[in-house]
Order: sequence, then structure tokens, then C-alpha cells
Amino acid sequence: MTDQLSALVTIFTEFYYWLTVVIMFLIHVGFCMYEVGASRHKNHMHTLMKNTMLIPLVTITFFFFGWWIYFALPNGPGFTGGLVEAPHAVPWSNVMGAHMGGADDAENGWARINGVFWAAFLLFSWTAASIVSGSVIERIRSGAFWILAVAIGSVFWIIDAAWGWHAEGWMVQLLGYHDAYASGVIHAIAGGFALGILVVLGPRIGKFAADGTPRNIHPRNPWLVAIGLFLIYTGFWGFYVACNIPIWDVQSGDGVFYSATNIYLGPTTLSAITFNFLMSLAGGLLAGYWISKGDPFWTYSSGLAGIIAASAGNDLYHPIQAMIIAIVGVIFMYKMHGWVERRFRVDDAVGAVAVHGYAGVFGVVIAGFVLWGYPSSPDPSYTSINPLGQIAGAIIMFGVLGFLPGWIIARILHASGILRIPEAVEIAGLDSAVRAEVEADEQAIVDAENESAARLT
Amino acid sequence: MSTGSFENWAGNIAEIGPIYPFVGAEWLFVLIGVVYWIVWHVRQLGNENQSLADQEQRLKAGTLSKTQGD
Repeated sequence: MTDQLSALVTIFTEFYYWLTVVIMFLIHVGFCMYEVGASRHKNHMHTLMKNTMLIPLVTITFFFFGWWIYFALPNGPGFTGGLVEAPHAVPWSNVMGAHMGGADDAENGWARINGVFWAAFLLFSWTAASIVSGSVIERIRSGAFWILAVAIGSVFWIIDAAWGWHAEGWMVQLLGYHDAYASGVIHAIAGGFALGILVVLGPRIGKFAADGTPRNIHPRNPWLVAIGLFLIYTGFWGFYVACNIPIWDVQSGDGVFYSATNIYLGPTTLSAITFNFLMSLAGGLLAGYWISKGDPFWTYSSGLAGIIAASAGNDLYHPIQAMIIAIVGVIFMYKMHGWVERRFRVDDAVGAVAVHGYAGVFGVVIAGFVLWGYPSSPDPSYTSINPLGQIAGAIIMFGVLGFLPGWIIARILHASGILRIPEAVEIAGLDSAVRAEVEADEQAIVDAENESAARLT
Repeated sequence: MSTGSFENWAGNIAEIGPIYPFVGAEWLFVLIGVVYWIVWHVRQLGNENQSLADQEQRLKAGTLSKTQGD
């Protein structure tokens, strides 16, 4: 920071990530609107608070241990290979707070970037927890959900990020795993985690007929759902930008060449991801409208699923490839949703397992075929991208770090009697007590007004 | 007297390092934060259990109206 050029690069990078964090905040405004819009009137307040309070809980736990996990666990396979020292990411580090930089060592070198980089990852953490939140609405206890939110938001997704997103993650090195914009790292794991919970939690009362035929519980406020999903699209754009490093020397060997990079420090451009983000959104919307016969809920959700299906390789795809992958991914997730719902009576209230989980798995696997032989990293010793590595990656994301922990924790919460709300409360609505209070307050005001009116006459 | 590790901005800024108060007590901040987080969960679970049990009882007693469907 003692010459203008290095200060410009540092402060631009700091500002770049800060801006992505602000844009990504819209994801959570969108998730709140979407979930409330999808829930029935009798559950609105509970649904809103359940989602909102994951924000502070994941924030503080990501400060306490989530950030450290990312830097400590890239070695493998699995949990083998020992911990990597990460002095800048432990919560008592000097650079986990306001710091002017200073000595150019491993810890102080992070001073200017630590907070904004932490926050960018934190917003990914909120997203992982928020994805789960929608699928379990109208019957889960808030306290149980918030424990699960901390588990997915500050533990399991960030373990998979250390393995498959960190530039030195063992999955990148050994499997050639490539997941530039998190088809698997965020979406497949959150979808798998949600499915693990749903299997234990069970469906909402009335969701299935006695013969197992699913019934639709339609969104009560389609406008809130629509605006919510538009905001999620907008925030998702910020997420894409946050997955890049804005200025980096990507030249191997002699010379210097500055470019934006993906999360693995491989070259890409903001133009590339802008082309592909929009083309995969378009592909998803077109396919969703077509396959759902114009159902607004599924059309909007398919726009999101289209982006997710193409995200693993959207740093490198041609825009029309991104569009085609989005179309096929949306058809796959839509069909899977219907089949799992009918076959296993899984009540995924907002289709989160489908939109994030199935589309995410599809995205990871398809990238292995389309990008077969591409370098997974600038380091030539790493395995190149390949279908088997991507299939193994998808299993790890959705199954090993997603479904399994979700199912185990939900079983423990269920055995403790704190997973699901009582049946009578579910039927009456989670807001019934609050509604009664509101009605009593309103009645007291009306009574007072009537008394005043009687005195006047 | 200063709660910070510096008393003015003179000299080499880079040598100041952390600019928050009570540098050196970070372990205590972390301890307070973690305890608060755990206590919050414990208290919240207790309150929610109580609230749901009350709600269930009032519904059974008929002192709370049942909303069907919506």
C-alpha cells in the first residue's frame, strides 16, 4: 500500500468483493419474500422469522469457525492429510477485525481483504441455509431448523468448499473437480441436505391423498413469489461475480498477463460469465414454461435451475452450450421432482431439492463431459476435468456432505422431540397464537373507540 | 490513556496493525460470543417448547380458534 498501483489493485479488490456482498444480500430478501409467498396465511409470520433468523446465527458461527474450516481442510482425501494452518481465519486473529495491514506476512497480508472475502463466503453460507429453509416450511420447529441452518451454513458446505472449491482442495487436485459457480458446492449439497431432513420430517398434513397421490398446496401470494425470485436472480448475478478474482496474473511461465479468474485461479472474464449467466437463465425459463405448461411457480424456479445446471462450467462454456445445458437440466430436475414426490412421498414445499439439488447434480456431472480434458487448475500437476471425477464429486456433494448429515441431524432432533411442531398447531397454523393476540389487541381498540363514541353521543 | 494500541495517527500507519480497542483480548471476545451463541439456542429451544405446548393446550381447550386450510 505504499505505491499508487498496488494500492489501486488492493482497494479495487476490496471494493469489488464489498459490492458483491451488497448485491448478494438481495438473494436473502428474495428468499424471505419467496418463502412467505409460498406459505399459507396461517404460517406467514413463522415462515418469515424462521428464514430471517438464520442470517445472524450463520453469521456469528461463520465468524467463530466457518471461515477457518475453509482454509484448514483442503487436504485429503476426505479428512486425511492433516490441517493447514490458517492464522488469518481463526476468530481471535488480529486481521479478523479492523486492521491497517502492515508486515507482509501470511497473516497481515490478509488485512485489507479478509473482511470482504469472509463476507462474500458468508453470503454463500446464508444461501445454503436458505435453500433448506424453503423446503421444510409449515411444519418444522424454528429451533430445530436453526440448528440445521448452522450445520449446513457454517460446517458442511464450507467443508465441501475446502475440498472442491479451494484452489488447493484435494478434490480439485485428485479428481479434477471443476465447479466454478457452485452447482455442487452450494446447490447440490443444500438440496441433498434438505432431502435428508425431509425424509425424517415428513409431509405437511393433507399433502398426500390416502393412495399417495400428491396434492398441490399453491403459493398464497404469487406476486411475492415472483418478486422474490427476481431478486434471487439479481443476487445470484452478484454471487457469480463474487466467485471470481478480479485481477490476477494468469500467465504460466514467462511474462505477465492480468485477467479475472475463476475460484481456482483459472482464467475467465466477466463478459464470459455475463453471457452464460443470461443464456442459462433464458434456457431455464424457456424450458420451465414449456415443461410446466406455463405454471408461473415452476417457470420462475426453472430460470434459477437453468443457471444452477450450467454453473459448474459457466466460466468456460459457449453461451449456447450454457443455454442447452440449462434446458436439459431443467427437464431433468422437473421430472425428478415429480418422480421423487410420487414414489417416496417427499413434500418439498418450494421445490428446493429439485431446483438446487437435482439441477446442481446435473450441472456437476454434465461439466465433466463437456469440459473433458480441460485443466482443472493452473497447476499442471492436477488431474484434468473428467466425467468420473465430476460424478464422484456430485456424489460427495449431494450424498456424503449433503443428504447424510441432514438425515443424521434430523434423526437426532426427531428423537429429542424437537423437530416437528405438534399436529394441532400445524392444523391451526403456526401463527394462531399471534393472530389471537392481534385480534385481542384490535378488539380492545375497537371497544375503547366505541366507549368514546358513546360518550360523545 | 487509550483503549487502543496507539494514541495518534503519526508515524508509520502500517506499523499500527489492528485499530480496534483492547487488542490482545480477542480470546475473551470469542469466548463471550460462543457462550452467547450456545445460550441463545438453549433459551430459544426452551421458549419454543413452552410456547408450542401452551398453544396446543389452548387449542384443545378451545380457547384458541382453529384455522382450517388457509
